[in-house]
Amino acid sequence: MLKKEGEIRIPAGCAISGIMNRKGIRFSGVDIITSIALMHDRSNGLGGGFAAYGIYPSHKEFYAFHIFYDAKESKEKTEEFLNEHYDIDLAGKIPTRKMSIIKDAPIIWRYFAKPKESTLIESALPEDEYTARCVISINSNIKGAYVFSSGKNMGAFKAVGYPEDVGEFYRLDEYKAHLWTAHGRFPTNTPGWWGGAHPFTLLDWSIVHNGEISSYDANRRYVEMYGYQCSLQTDTEVITYLFDLLVRKHKINLELAARILTAPSWDEIDAMDPEKKELFTNLRRIYSGALINGPFSIILGSNKGVLALNDRLKLRALVAATDGDNLYLASEEAAIKVICRNPEKIWYVEGGKPVVMNLEVPDKC
Amino acid sequence: MKRVYAVEKLCLNCKLCEVYCKTAHSKSKNVIKAYKYETPVPESRIFVEGDNTASLAFSCRHCEHPACVEACITGAMVKDPETGIVTNVKERCIGCMTCLLVCPYGAIRPGHIAYKCDLCQGETTPACVANCPNHALVYIEGGSEK
Amino acid sequence: MLEYLMPEYKVIRDKDRCIECGACARQCSNEVHKIEEDGSLSADEVKCVNCQRCVCLCPTRAISIQKYENNFRENANWTDQSMKEIFKQAATGGILLSAMGNPQPYPIYWDKMLLNASQVTNPSIDPLREPMETRTILGRKPDSVEFDENGRITTEIPPGVTIDVPIMFSAMSFGSISLNAQKSLAMAAKELNTFYNTGEGGMHQDLFPYADHSIVQVASGRFGVHKEYLERGQIIEIKIGQGAKPGIGGHLPGEKVNSEVSKTRMIPEGSDAISPAPHHDIYSIEDLRQLIYSLKEATGYKKPVAVKIAAVHNSAAIASGIVRAGADIVVMDGYRGGSGATPTRIRDNVGIPIELALAAVDQRLRDEGIRNQISLVIAGSIRNSADIVKAIALGADAVYVASAALIAMGCHMCRTCNTGKCNWGIATQRDDLVKRLNPEIMSKRVVNLIHAWDHEIQEMLGGMGINSIDSLRGNRLMLRGIGLSEKELEILGIKHAGE
Repeated sequence: MLKKEGEIRIPAGCAISGIMNRKGIRFSGVDIITSIALMHDRSNGLGGGFAAYGIYPSHKEFYAFHIFYDAKESKEKTEEFLNEHYDIDLAGKIPTRKMSIIKDAPIIWRYFAKPKESTLIESALPEDEYTARCVISINSNIKGAYVFSSGKNMGAFKAVGYPEDVGEFYRLDEYKAHLWTAHGRFPTNTPGWWGGAHPFTLLDWSIVHNGEISSYDANRRYVEMYGYQCSLQTDTEVITYLFDLLVRKHKINLELAARILTAPSWDEIDAMDPEKKELFTNLRRIYSGALINGPFSIILGSNKGVLALNDRLKLRALVAATDGDNLYLASEEAAIKVICRNPEKIWYVEGGKPVVMNLEVPDKC
Repeated sequence: MKRVYAVEKLCLNCKLCEVYCKTAHSKSKNVIKAYKYETPVPESRIFVEGDNTASLAFSCRHCEHPACVEACITGAMVKDPETGIVTNVKERCIGCMTCLLVCPYGAIRPGHIAYKCDLCQGETTPACVANCPNHALVYIEGGSEK
Repeated sequence: MLEYLMPEYKVIRDKDRCIECGACARQCSNEVHKIEEDGSLSADEVKCVNCQRCVCLCPTRAISIQKYENNFRENANWTDQSMKEIFKQAATGGILLSAMGNPQPYPIYWDKMLLNASQVTNPSIDPLREPMETRTILGRKPDSVEFDENGRITTEIPPGVTIDVPIMFSAMSFGSISLNAQKSLAMAAKELNTFYNTGEGGMHQDLFPYADHSIVQVASGRFGVHKEYLERGQIIEIKIGQGAKPGIGGHLPGEKVNSEVSKTRMIPEGSDAISPAPHHDIYSIEDLRQLIYSLKEATGYKKPVAVKIAAVHNSAAIASGIVRAGADIVVMDGYRGGSGATPTRIRDNVGIPIELALAAVDQRLRDEGIRNQISLVIAGSIRNSADIVKAIALGADAVYVASAALIAMGCHMCRTCNTGKCNWGIATQRDDLVKRLNPEIMSKRVVNLIHAWDHEIQEMLGGMGINSIDSLRGNRLMLRGIGLSEKELEILGIKHAGE
């Protein structure tokens, strides 16, 4: 009797890839699909997904909810909830191609919505926190409904299948984004649940992740103290919540947050000059529950840009390259070379040192 | 030269130093055999005085200018010029006990011949020091202030 | 004269091995061995408490101690033990007093939990080749901080103390144990860069050089508590209770109060030192807050204040109150905790296992969102490094050990500390016995023990794919239960092996 994500912890190995243009110039999903397709053997066909930023310029002030429904009843209940809390501008099925390889698709809908003025004011919350709580509420309380994307002017697209097939299924060649990330999954269980594929998202955060963290339960029990519910029991989910907590709620700069999650060793800290030593000692003390142990490489996307990070001991592969205004990231050098023959610079990402590219024309969301 | 010094506040009055001294000077070097089956029973060259409240183990001080060496009428008592250890050469000792009378520490005991500490013939660590359960005996250079 | 109580032990002396050196007779403070006129040794067994001193010291290993076999008629309800206790009380009319921790065969939960190792999907880490961090910082911390333009933290962060291993030495007062025993612990704490605890007996001046590694305790009797004492400690621990005797105060018999103890505790020589049951200025949680802040005021807010409680039924609620009362560290002592003297019935029947209390308190504090604000330290029979790893996985920041350190120093758990005749020089004030404990030797043994445990912890961490103790803390998925009921698994917050 196989349990699905959320009922049991499923470790996974995988492939990740990412492309970004710093000037916000948008391009189609063809390149990212080509890149992730090259790493076919890193997946086993049990999950693939993409995150794309800048794809809904006409609705860029609206939250774009992408939702899976197991059944009509789930859809009805969810829409009731959404209508109570949001004004929905546009709603409809996410366009897909019929493919025999992609089986057992749930009902996949998207909604462009703004929080209802009155309910938002009553809640006394900023709209991001309001939306985060609504999403967590739907995912925890409404059976058969799963919000898998909830950011503005961005969207996640995922399914059970090889990522290149998933890309074709969602017609990603027809979208244009300035930042694409992709993931191919190799889970050590066969749950067949679409919601379990990567990327994991919350608001405009998206994470694609390769690896298995041994500190998972310490991280989960830390982050759940601050209002998060790790309902999926996946590493990716907890890493996303850690970033959300440190960056959005505690207002720590993204690169420092990444450094906190892959904190320097005590030996390194002891060798620092007094001011830095005090800073990092205090950060390690306060955020000891956020320290991530175990092999991982992640690509974190947001409306502000992209961040790639490896664990402190560099136990997973991650390659980066720059060419002109573009940044390429992937689990393998070949996956970059297949879409960018001769990048100006190509290097292997160092453990614990984040690679960051910020959007030069940030979307004012 | 290194000598055996006693740390009075650590001495337990267990007298195990005496037991191991006897064993080290036995033929069999085995505690049980030394006590039960050897004749004559070997003598201890270290002596514990006092009781459970305060006790001390003392032995020959291997003096710089040994009175016993001067007093010895047969020349059996000698101080080795290299090691500094004062020993009683068995073949020459006639058991007159003059050395015993002149020793200011009372570190010589009577028997078939005169018995005194020989620092285990220059072994790395004398048996009494090695076997004291509380490290109340130390084998170090220098004067009594240590 | 009707003798109701027979000896518990027989002294077996192998005549073929005994060389009649008399060391046993000179060493036994209970006067069991005697040198007869003809030089042979005899034993008066009724006085033997099985401390094993003679056995360990005998140069020919001629002595062994065995149970005195005199069997009452079998009765699973009225056991020999329960009847003997009645005989004792019928003779004396007094409370039964015991020492050291609860010896009854209640379940030991440490032994019912198993650890994980990483394979394939997540590599294990090699402690020989990679740094393995066991450093821990104890103290109160904010949930988040603010930065200025230069990236410096502007939020005030309360004081913390760093320990290189997640192990500290638990409170054992001067009076219950000898000065040499305390010195050994203090020396070991300094070498290991961790802490020892003065217990409720004040701090003797010989220990002043080790003040940087001391935790000073403020217990209900307030023995030895004055401003300099508080200034010397690095952590101030308010002792509300201890695992061996929840609900009652300490008792040091007058015989153990010699001139040194009297000076250090600030009480008259020869008088019984009886700590009251509650602190008479803490009758409710707000009173505790008052004491915590008085201590902080007295020491300029420079030292973390810990509050130690015994693990009892509503520990979770009490712990939550302690956190909100302003404590920096919460210490919990389980029912297996040791003591120099405690009423037998209370030791064996009051309190709960630390494993369950720890799991409950850690979960409750997380549910309330306040776990990250303080450090949690537990005690109550940590016997080996696996217990420590499991304790941290359940949620502790560090552990206290006491009995284990004493065993390293020679204690054989004869459990007669209250008589003050400890043959190992540990739980006594008699000079002739205390001098048997050479702090140079004994501190080294304790250091060896903790180093050995630290290496074992690193091996286990590496096996789990973790290279920092921060990632083990509260990581309950690293534990699985075995032979536990649904309820026990639920309270511990772990799954059963196989899941």
